[in-house]
Amino acid sequence: MARLTEENVRLAREIIGRYPKPRSATIPLLHLAQEQDGYVTNEAMSHIGELVGASSAEVFGTASFYEMFKFEPVGKYLINICGTMSCALLGAEELMHHAEERLGIKMGSTTADGKITLERAECQAACTEAPCLQVNYRYRYRVTPDQLDSLIDDLSAGNLSSEIPAHGVVASVRQHIPADRAVGAVAPELVTENPVWLDGKAAL
Amino acid sequence: MTTIDTTDTNDLPPQDPNAVSITINGRTVEARKGDFIIAAADSVDEYIPRFCYHPRMSSVGMCRQCMVEVEGPRGPMMVVSCMTPVADGQVVRTDTPQVKRAQEGMIELLLANHPLDCPVCDKGGECPLQDQAFSHGAGESRFVEEKRHYEKPIPISDLVFLDRERCILCDRCTRFADEVAGDPLISFTQRGNNTQIMTFPDEPFASYFSGNTVQICPVGALTASPYRFKARPWDLEQRESTCTTCSVGCRTVVQSSRDELLRYQGVDSDPVNWGWLCDKGRFNFQSTNSDDRLSSPQIKSGDSFAASSWSDALESVARVIRHSREGSIAILGGARGTNEDAFMWGALADAAGVTMRDAQLDDGLPASVFSYAQATIDSACAGGTVILLAPDIKEELPVLYLRLRDAVQKKRIRLIEISSHETGLTKYAWKSIRAESGTAAGAIPALLVQADIAAQLASGPVVVVAGRANLAESASHSMDALTAVLAVVPSASVLPVLRRGNVRGALSLGLAPRNGNDAATILEASAKGNVDCLILLGADPLSDVADVDLARRGIAGAKFVVAIDTFLTASASHADVVLPAAAYGEKDGTTMNLEGRVTSVVQKITPHGTSRADWMIAVELMTLLGHESNFTTLADIQHAMSAAVPGFGSTTTAVAIKRDGVVVSVTPPSSAPSATSVAGPRNSYEFRLDLSRKLFDRAIGTITSPSLANLASEANVFIHPLDLDRVGAAEGTNVRVSNSHSSIVLPVRALSSIPRGTAWVPFNQIGADVRELVRRNESIVDVRIESM
Ligand code: SF4
Ligand code: SF4
Ligand code: FES
Ligand code: FES
Repeated sequence: MARLTEENVRLAREIIGRYPKPRSATIPLLHLAQEQDGYVTNEAMSHIGELVGASSAEVFGTASFYEMFKFEPVGKYLINICGTMSCALLGAEELMHHAEERLGIKMGSTTADGKITLERAECQAACTEAPCLQVNYRYRYRVTPDQLDSLIDDLSAGNLSSEIPAHGVVASVRQHIPADRAVGAVAPELVTENPVWLDGKAAL
Repeated sequence: MTTIDTTDTNDLPPQDPNAVSITINGRTVEARKGDFIIAAADSVDEYIPRFCYHPRMSSVGMCRQCMVEVEGPRGPMMVVSCMTPVADGQVVRTDTPQVKRAQEGMIELLLANHPLDCPVCDKGGECPLQDQAFSHGAGESRFVEEKRHYEKPIPISDLVFLDRERCILCDRCTRFADEVAGDPLISFTQRGNNTQIMTFPDEPFASYFSGNTVQICPVGALTASPYRFKARPWDLEQRESTCTTCSVGCRTVVQSSRDELLRYQGVDSDPVNWGWLCDKGRFNFQSTNSDDRLSSPQIKSGDSFAASSWSDALESVARVIRHSREGSIAILGGARGTNEDAFMWGALADAAGVTMRDAQLDDGLPASVFSYAQATIDSACAGGTVILLAPDIKEELPVLYLRLRDAVQKKRIRLIEISSHETGLTKYAWKSIRAESGTAAGAIPALLVQADIAAQLASGPVVVVAGRANLAESASHSMDALTAVLAVVPSASVLPVLRRGNVRGALSLGLAPRNGNDAATILEASAKGNVDCLILLGADPLSDVADVDLARRGIAGAKFVVAIDTFLTASASHADVVLPAAAYGEKDGTTMNLEGRVTSVVQKITPHGTSRADWMIAVELMTLLGHESNFTTLADIQHAMSAAVPGFGSTTTAVAIKRDGVVVSVTPPSSAPSATSVAGPRNSYEFRLDLSRKLFDRAIGTITSPSLANLASEANVFIHPLDLDRVGAAEGTNVRVSNSHSSIVLPVRALSSIPRGTAWVPFNQIGADVRELVRRNESIVDVRIESM
């Protein structure tokens, strides 16, 4: 697996251009790499380091801080079942066992066909809708074992491919900002005037 | 007689606008604006416990151990003293119950996950965590749960091991790697309770400065392979000394136990090394301990050597000297010894009428480089412009690289580099200009008058760092380039960077060439049969002289060869008599670094076998030769040296030399500058050979240090990727590198930092020897490269 493709390098350069300092683009570029390969490869991290002027170790240090970057292949669909208090009280453990049995894998692993990865997650801030889970970070609320079964059926059959893109796809990294909407990359210390929205109001 | 009117207020010292006065525990402390409270407290020996703070690195407030109380508008508040700057009138207390509670709390938290395996930890006994847990901890922990576990220690490089259980995440090693060394190869990874120091997968912490992280780690998390489990700190004895591996002259402590060298640690000398050492200087103590050391004098009989007594060996040398024709004795070397060694050998040479001597091995510059206005490391780093006409400073003078890099990073200086290929300092240079070997001098006049460069040069002081970058290029090209720079900037001062630790001392104190008879001339004379006695004073021409053919002919042509060395080097094995020399750490004396700074070097252990200091050998030979010599102790020599060498003054007595040493100004005899050379244009089918040193090579001190021995790389020839295409060879395959003198086979590699038309070969690596293509009478070397 791989360094960024030529097309992604072009995009990476565009993203880097939005920041006063190239290093600030590290996280968006990691998303780009994860989108490309489904997870963040070592080669991609080294490549990102070259692009933003950081060492591979620094990119890895940043990337590994974040739970959502994966360093090993994950399935096309990542199912995060919340195991924190509210969800735990309302049947998260049962849900996890059910998922494990249904897919024949342990939490934290991926099905042999590479389709689905199961993970236990901390509170997803949907405690009122417990027990909850996310598929590629899209919520499913008050999930019962039956609903989980049909979710897995749908995912396997490809029924949800329009709603849930493959793991790693983050729409925002592909945003193109038209030139007239861009604020431009000005180092903060060089900004001398108040921003437009502050016009006429008291300075900060 | 004039009386000074002390009441004149104009004479009062001006108020320092940066002066700040604070009180710490009721004591008034003078500090300067921008100082942190912890530094102000240190200045008056009010100790505030700390783990992450290091005076040579930026403050990060990582460990929270240094909390103090500062009076504020709403009463006392707790602040981290390593991040809080002093302010006029600030009232600081470091001894209140609140502070004590904070300190105890932090220690308890740090120890919660700490394995407390002090009995098997190398740091135990000199561990800031252990010490401060005793001095500032509660003495007891409430943590009874299972501690965090990691695989114990994992190698993060060839030299350094990491024990993550012991790490307290102070950010010292990572800050050092990033801020000081510029090699951010280790980083915090993961998060929260799992946070750990780590390299990138399969990318080791291969920094030339990695040993410093081991020294500054406040716990036993980082250990270095050469010292692991070798001793307990309380068994170590130590003396402060100076590293003489290269001419930076970093201050060290030499530590030993049971008469064996075990460790060098950096000592903070403000004008020199700031506490840092490079890994070569730090770990090559192993070489002194090597079993391969020469332990007794050897006399050649037939093809092999027979051990002999000192008296027989010295007598046979004296006999040869006595019977040598006039003007046929030559001394090469001396730059690895002390000032006293060099002075005594110079005195012997004078007494015995030795006209041929040179402390360099045709790999430096003529001693006339010392006759320009001289710079120091501090003056180079203080401000203005530094022009580099030098070898790769990172490879050859590593701690000077740290100092120059720091000055650039802090925006104090701008570097202008003029070199034949990129170096370790290229990415820090304001301008890095490629000049093919042999062409720099011609290009400099036009270059330095370019508007932006001229403006930069006019804006402040200029220091030229001058050395011999390409060993396949004659010294005259380097000197011409220096002269060309000085013609444009006559006010510039010069920081000469020559090879070997005490090269400046040796040249200044009696071993500089006389009448232009430098090493090349001497070897040529020897090849012609004009040398009856060739004395190699810690010199190994067969390994170090770029024109290896000349070295071979020179050594073969000498009627009698005496080698005074620590090992049986390539050259020493051709000697008729070999005398074992005391090594670094085995003798007292002084050394002179590249600035002319004289510092002490010390004996810590008994010399190996019967080996003796070079100066003792010289004294004995003088006596045997019937010359009046009143020298029996080092102090005798130091007094004579002070009296005899103008500029040396009374500074040489070891007592007078404190940590930072004294910069002396001695101008060695220098011959008329060699004729300038003009390099002919390069045939476009050829490559200009660029032969330069890397930190780790097959040098004897490196290969006899087991932990460094495998850090040299395979010999390769590096060319530009487009040239690789032109040659039609694939990366890594063998090519034939040849010229009219010889032809060798080397693997070829593409490197985009090498300009087109240049062939870069690192000196003395493992494999075919490119020196076969070098001839001293050609001022540059052009070669053909053909695929095979
Ligand atoms: S390894 Fe040592 S220096 Fe590095 S962060 Fe851990 S405790 Fe600090
Ligand atoms: S830079 Fe030179 S003097 Fe300093 S530690 Fe390294 S080899 Fe020794
Ligand atoms: S506990 Fe599951 S979403 Fe908060
Ligand atoms: S020494 Fe101040 S926070 Fe670590």
